[in-house]
Amino acid sequence: MRDVAIVSFSQLPSVKAIEAADEPELVQPVTSDAMKQVGLTQDDIGFTCSGSTDYLPGRPFSFVAAVDGLKAWPPIRESHVEMDGAFALYEAWVRLMHGDIETALVFSFGKCSLAPVPDVLNLQNDPYYVQPLGLDSISAAALQAQAMIDGGKATERDFAEVVARNRKNAIDNPNAHIKGDFSVDAMLDEPYISSPLRKSFCPPLSDSAAAIVLAVGDTAKKLVKRPAWIRGFDHRTEPHALGQRDLTISPSSKLAAEKAGVGRGKVDVAELHAPFAHQEIILREAMGLGDGVRVNPSGGALAANSLMTAGLIRFGEAANRVLCGDADRALAHTTNGVCLQHNLIAVLEGE
Amino acid sequence: MNEILSAPYVLEYTYTRSTGPVVGRFLENLRYEVLEGVKTVDGRVLCPPLEYDEEGEPTTGEFVPLRPSGTVKSWSWVQEPRKGHPFDRPFAWALIQIDGTDNAMVHVVDAGKAKRMKTGMRVRLRWADEKNGTIRDIACFEPIASYLPGPVHLEYNVNPGKHYTAYLRGLQEGKLIGGRDPEAGKVYVPPRGADPTTGNPTSEYVEVADIGILTTFTIIRIPFEGQKLTPPYCFGAIVLDGADSPIYHLISGVPHDEIRMGMRVKAKWKPRDEWETSLENILYFEPTGEPDAPFDSYKEHL
Repeated sequence: MRDVAIVSFSQLPSVKAIEAADEPELVQPVTSDAMKQVGLTQDDIGFTCSGSTDYLPGRPFSFVAAVDGLKAWPPIRESHVEMDGAFALYEAWVRLMHGDIETALVFSFGKCSLAPVPDVLNLQNDPYYVQPLGLDSISAAALQAQAMIDGGKATERDFAEVVARNRKNAIDNPNAHIKGDFSVDAMLDEPYISSPLRKSFCPPLSDSAAAIVLAVGDTAKKLVKRPAWIRGFDHRTEPHALGQRDLTISPSSKLAAEKAGVGRGKVDVAELHAPFAHQEIILREAMGLGDGVRVNPSGGALAANSLMTAGLIRFGEAANRVLCGDADRALAHTTNGVCLQHNLIAVLEGE
Repeated sequence: MNEILSAPYVLEYTYTRSTGPVVGRFLENLRYEVLEGVKTVDGRVLCPPLEYDEEGEPTTGEFVPLRPSGTVKSWSWVQEPRKGHPFDRPFAWALIQIDGTDNAMVHVVDAGKAKRMKTGMRVRLRWADEKNGTIRDIACFEPIASYLPGPVHLEYNVNPGKHYTAYLRGLQEGKLIGGRDPEAGKVYVPPRGADPTTGNPTSEYVEVADIGILTTFTIIRIPFEGQKLTPPYCFGAIVLDGADSPIYHLISGVPHDEIRMGMRVKAKWKPRDEWETSLENILYFEPTGEPDAPFDSYKEHL
């Protein structure tokens, strides 16, 4: 195994709509900034990988257009996943294990402002049994939240408290979309969208883009003083059908956390990709994160939620805590699929 | 100013999907209102059926017929349906474990209101009128009430007896009739066969007034099965002048917070041409406006 580290991170502030930007225009600022932070250009990058979904812009093969935001001539080694950019980071990490290259650039972009997102996400569902019913993403998450209430694992007040904490944390994050001191009682007075989920228990829909540069061993040490070393990395997935799973637990997160070695040391900071408030409660339990862990100092996905990018931003936020010396050991997490089906976890360390 | 152009845009893929022997059989059977599950190698039953279970084992291909009912495992109420939802009125999403199966089906429950939804509730399948071999051949599920209608209907011919007949005949004439044992002198309205304190027959009938004292009362605020009036309303015990036992009737024509024990009240009769052999000839009792009766004057009747 080679030592691989995150050495830089760049993101666009998450906002409701970035109107004046198509895919290359979203990508170019973050990729160039991430490389510039460590004095690299595209010519220095061994492998480039992106994560996005064409259903957000509604344009088939939009990720190909995004390559225009890079310097792709002479031809570059490039790949793409139809997943959150954090999974592109995983692919780049695997690619760096081959041993022939020293650096990788990972990026992702998500424009939620163009698409009917809750309906787009129905396309993740089983095309025979669920898609024809039109199960939107909020209603699917609501089935999970109700199961938690029925199982005595959380109350609506717990959900509101998760939201209040995340959005309060986001006050210090200039890139967050929704931030402030929100009253738990006021949230509990909101009408239901799909019970027991109220508007505040759901993530915002944001436009953003993000990029991360990975580097191996001595290269990483040359680029930055304190690289954020990826000490453990694993992802696990669960059955697709909601009716085959206990939605109140996350066995995939639990196993991925074990394999990534989360429990081998103290976790200072955890950036969890929990778009819906109740999902943070499930994830914390699955990963065994106690009260001593600072969860989502950035505000998490409840404060900024650009699809396909919110997960990569968790990796960037966690890495930044290590890069700046604020944390010695940070956990980064990203989820994919309906109701936390698929989970990716990395442990980042300063030394 | 360089304004960004914008235009509506519709994305459609008119794909068709092949279904295969497991999903295809299940969906085709829905057309005929047949619900089936498939057996797994370890003997579980899955509905909707899958080609492979979560262990990665192919399912057996053995189908079992299922009763079209089940239990709600989780649910979410949607008060304002989105475009693309199966209903345009409020409904619930639900995970439904079909009876005899080991997994759950995502579908919807047509429950009318959120209050009827509960995890663990029983539901039955409702078939769509038009079927085309898709999961929407199941229109929805609907709640199964946990109680049965249990009506009893028996036809009798009742006879109120001699004394009550006298009372009801009196009402038909606009009179209130009581019965008296000449020895004890107490007047009971309605009349009884005997004075309960002496055991002697109440051999005499006497007419009492339609004015009396409200000795006690209650205000009904809760609804109940079979209720004829809309709450709140007042029901009171009235000892009519000349009587020693109370009759019970509605108290009206007065604000509820002014009703009190000892109040003098008078019967409000229906129009004479509507009189029958019934106490309903009196609509209610209302205050006369006279001074209240002193407590001592009616305390023995409480």
